[in-house]
Amino acid sequence: MPFVSASGIADAYDVIVVGSGAAGGQSAYTLCMEGAKVLMLEAGRKYLPETETPMFQTPDQAPLRGDGTPDKEFGFYDATVDGGWTVPGEPYTRTTEEAAGRFDWWRARMLGGRTNHWGRISLRNGPYDFKPRSRDGLGFDWPISHADVAPYYDKVERLVGVYGTSEGLENTPNSPPGCLLPPPAPIVSDLLIVQRARRLGIPVIPGHRAVLTQPLDFKRSPALLHPGNREAQAIIGADMRQRTACFWATPCGRGCSIRANYQSTTVHLPPALATGRLDVLTDAMVSEVLLGKNGRARGVKFIDRTDGTEHAAAARVVVLAASACETVRILLNSTSGQYRNGLANSSGKVGRYLMDTVGSSLQGQVPLLEGLPPLNEDGASGHAVYSPWWLYAQQHRGKLDFARGYHIEIAGGRRMPGVGTLSGIEWLTGGSYGKRFKEDARRYYGSFVSFDGRGEMIPNEKSYCEIDPTVKDRWGIPVLRFHWEWSQHELRQAAHMQSTFAAIVEAMGGRVNGGPIIDGALAISPGGSIIHEVGGAIMGVDPASSVTNSWGQTWDVANLFITDGAVFASNADKNPTLTIMALAWRAADRILHLMRRKEL
Amino acid sequence: MDRRTTLRWMLAASAGMPLARQWAFGEPQTPAGGAAPAGGDAVPASSTAAAGYGTDPDLSKLHRPGDVWPLTLGEVQRRTAAALCDLIIPGDARSPAASVVGVVDFLDEWVSAPYPDQRRDRSTVLEGLGWIDAEAARRFARGFADLADAEQRAICDDICCEAKAVPSRAQAARFFARFRDLTAGGFYSAPEGRRDLGFIGNVQRASFDAPPRELLAKLGLDRVRP
Repeated sequence: MPFVSASGIADAYDVIVVGSGAAGGQSAYTLCMEGAKVLMLEAGRKYLPETETPMFQTPDQAPLRGDGTPDKEFGFYDATVDGGWTVPGEPYTRTTEEAAGRFDWWRARMLGGRTNHWGRISLRNGPYDFKPRSRDGLGFDWPISHADVAPYYDKVERLVGVYGTSEGLENTPNSPPGCLLPPPAPIVSDLLIVQRARRLGIPVIPGHRAVLTQPLDFKRSPALLHPGNREAQAIIGADMRQRTACFWATPCGRGCSIRANYQSTTVHLPPALATGRLDVLTDAMVSEVLLGKNGRARGVKFIDRTDGTEHAAAARVVVLAASACETVRILLNSTSGQYRNGLANSSGKVGRYLMDTVGSSLQGQVPLLEGLPPLNEDGASGHAVYSPWWLYAQQHRGKLDFARGYHIEIAGGRRMPGVGTLSGIEWLTGGSYGKRFKEDARRYYGSFVSFDGRGEMIPNEKSYCEIDPTVKDRWGIPVLRFHWEWSQHELRQAAHMQSTFAAIVEAMGGRVNGGPIIDGALAISPGGSIIHEVGGAIMGVDPASSVTNSWGQTWDVANLFITDGAVFASNADKNPTLTIMALAWRAADRILHLMRRKEL
Repeated sequence: MDRRTTLRWMLAASAGMPLARQWAFGEPQTPAGGAAPAGGDAVPASSTAAAGYGTDPDLSKLHRPGDVWPLTLGEVQRRTAAALCDLIIPGDARSPAASVVGVVDFLDEWVSAPYPDQRRDRSTVLEGLGWIDAEAARRFARGFADLADAEQRAICDDICCEAKAVPSRAQAARFFARFRDLTAGGFYSAPEGRRDLGFIGNVQRASFDAPPRELLAKLGLDRVRP
């Protein structure tokens, strides 16, 4: 039962899963492994990392030396195909083009979605992150706590393979022994940052990324992942043995043909397919959830992108895992007599409280790192170390002018030279050319470090999406219109990032071209550019003010679940993917439980 | 470019342009179903109008400049570009000159590309190459490529640093800065340039170890642990 065509789908499934990325992959994995028959619908094309990934290709083999273009935003060899902030034939609209109020919507129309190219940074939300309103009175508490999710973080880390350490820092959860793989060795610039940032009181600890620094524990993990389920244990045990550990080369963003990092296509889908209970239909663009007379979802309507024909698929349960905004779009486009404002929207909250991550970057040049001998610093594609947020106490005492924290992602080293590697160094060289320029290039190559702040955005009433009243995509499906506004909390946080990064560079004896950006409104990246958009169908305790309950089950339609980032009630600085997977697993367990009790 | 070529490219552009460009975000209120104007803004008269490689190109293919969109620099422009990029990156004991490793083809590919950033660079580079030849003719009565090394340097010394350039040469200095960036981009992303910098990655390894202890000791980092 593997890949099927639109005409080849079964008459009925236990569950339809819309989307094949982190949420769809995890949902389908858990459901299939535990016995459910699943149809997965993916809007993009079939994609096979084992054969399609450009592993060792070098820039000189690509157009424009592999530099990014609107066709391939993150470079020619980035794993994303048919995706980006623009997708051919699939527009969206927004109320302004100004940076301050703009939202850019990233989509990846391919099997596995954005998990094929993502950064693999996998951080657990801490206890504060699920109860932010209780802590500072802003935003929303989740209806679940860290303790509810922790067992699922354990499972996901064991399944996908995440490196990192447990450091016992505030609101930066430890993982139980056996969950994490050892972190990769730091490179020279990492160690210099560790040393100098610590002098400023900023902790720098091993990063957490979904990369196999050693083979998975295929002996112990299967029984812990699927207790009492021998079939699932056998399947995942065998699959874990087939994943290769990192061979310390090639950028993770291209995907990984040896399956050494996590992408849905190499980790979730192969074992789910091996159960024989998963049908995958690609090029299937879901437009709406179909409602039965009993008020329950009976399936979905979708368009076969290969020929434009419309189809329907039926199931006992529908799971939306299409990515936060696409899920919102499907709900709002699912209108009927009973639900004129969209399905599961009796609260009026579908589309509301859209959040991205606050992003701001700074680069520094560090003389201590000049003229190092040739070193292979590829490692596991960077992020061997990072700084978790460290000013919880000061913030809680009101010593900072913004309410939530950020972590710092750190980059440096002697990376594969590309078009931009030695661009814009006139401020260092004084305008050299000729033999002196070549000497300068040798001197400065590898001497740069960069810092990317990733901070929490507080949900607000002015950041949301809705259906555009007139614009439709090439399939005739109404598109989203975005509204976006940062609050002072985010802008001040971005300014704080800049001054922190500049202080670290200074502590390294380095310099920043032009200095940090003091104005937060200029320092912050536009909405959507960090590609951590979550919210839009938040979970809560009250059907009047939230879209789903604590399981991602919509209040209005009992057999309609949401397992992607749309249910996030807050967007901690921690990158959302690990939490998406943990919540998807938890929701799938709930679905299985209710199906066994015949409640679904 | 003759009119037939122009028309062929315009047709290719309107047929092959990604829809995203026609549905530009700049028009948030564009009514649905209303097709964008044929060719949209994809065919400015001064630029190339070829299609890009699309959102799902063949990543395993070995691409050469000119494979996806035609190169457009004329012979004179290429000759001037070669002279200038070799003045910026000449051969030495460690690596060859820029033009030897294909940087002129790379520059041509870059300024001929149909994407917005490259289109901006196209006007900068084409105007700059024209300016530098005119400057060479004005000062030395020959084209830039035919000047002696010292004459080429006399021109470039005036424009090699934006911060120090006199106002009348500010634009030429901006061109030089961009041209040097592109030359360096083309050179150091080529195998010879990578070797010159001492890049030794992109090879499969059995393990990834900490940096050499002697190096860390020299940097005062041998006792640092993350």
